[in-house]
Amino acid sequence: MTPPLAFSFQDPDFIRVCYLAAFPLFIIGLRFLNHPRTARRGNAIAALGMTIAVAATLLDRQVGDYGLIALGIALGTAIGVPAARAVKMTAMPQMVALFNGVGGGAVALIAWAEFRRYGGDMPLDQMIPTLFAAIIGSISFWGSNIAFGKLQELIPGRPIMLPGQTFVNLGLLIGAVACAVAIAAGSHSEALFIAILVLSALLGNMVVLPIGGADMPVVISMLNALTGLSAASAGIALDNVALIVAGILVGASGSILTNLMAQAMNRSIANIVAGGFGGAPAGG
Amino acid sequence: SSMDLITELTILVLAAFVGFEVISKVPNTLHTPLMSATNAIHGIVLLGGLLVIGQASGAFDKVILVIAIAFGTINIVGGFLVTDRMLEMFKRKPTKEDAKKREARERAEVRA
Repeated sequence: MTPPLAFSFQDPDFIRVCYLAAFPLFIIGLRFLNHPRTARRGNAIAALGMTIAVAATLLDRQVGDYGLIALGIALGTAIGVPAARAVKMTAMPQMVALFNGVGGGAVALIAWAEFRRYGGDMPLDQMIPTLFAAIIGSISFWGSNIAFGKLQELIPGRPIMLPGQTFVNLGLLIGAVACAVAIAAGSHSEALFIAILVLSALLGNMVVLPIGGADMPVVISMLNALTGLSAASAGIALDNVALIVAGILVGASGSILTNLMAQAMNRSIANIVAGGFGGAPAGG
Repeated sequence: SSMDLITELTILVLAAFVGFEVISKVPNTLHTPLMSATNAIHGIVLLGGLLVIGQASGAFDKVILVIAIAFGTINIVGGFLVTDRMLEMFKRKPTKEDAKKREARERAEVRA
């Protein structure tokens, strides 16, 4: 019998209470970010929430391989901090695109690792969100990289379109979903999972290439909302409530923000995604 | 599984509505910082990498998960830092001294 008042920092309930403390911080942070006077404080509050969520997760008994975790975090910090410090104010949108892209990439890689851990044989309530996370994460990673490349003028900012682009995109989406359905229906094939990642990657490229530089901030915001959605989906696959809540907060608030940004430019989202417009460089 | 699917979906739907409501009339100047802050928040996916890597067996799985953890860290750290830099501008109105400093800097840049 466990003694009363037994307490351990590794207690799953303690970790969940920490998550519970982080959620209001994310929400208050976002709320504060709506107003110029409180915005900076809002960002700091959200960052505090994130620190609590990460620290609590590190206590989880399921977490292992601390050496590799330290390596990953050190690498990420060594790349992220100087990049964020060095970027010029005018280059902020593409930097956000890049940071958004790596988030989507992380989702896709985690989904892949999770698929491999089960040898492609997961219960459906875990398999479906894993496949969804892989598709959206891969689209977001590659779409964001193209957005970065265009704004950074590594690739031409003008709309680049193929003949029959819409049908190509539709074909790629149908292909990725068909592979996902085949896997969910009982094929444990990892080749099909890799095909999903590749088809989604192509789709991410194809969706963003036809969009002109001026429309790019709206598209980055849309990809940002998608990454949030993919993180929430990964949360369902991994039974992690922090991923579900924070991911869907971004998915939902990000889609409202995307709409506001399109309105501010007198453009509709459908119009922008159809592409071929906004050929002027960013800010034009 | 510690939670059943319906509980998770309930949390998902309720949190989505909070996300819809949390954005109000945002002035246009705050669109990019707000996007950037929400971007940093989805870096929460880092937790997924932390939870999965201990159970990965092969070298390949460990490599992709270290990359995922590095990516998640870049997303969080870079995201919050870059948002803070954007919002520094809202902190106070520029004073005369700031204007002088800026002018000097710009002149130096032109010369360079």
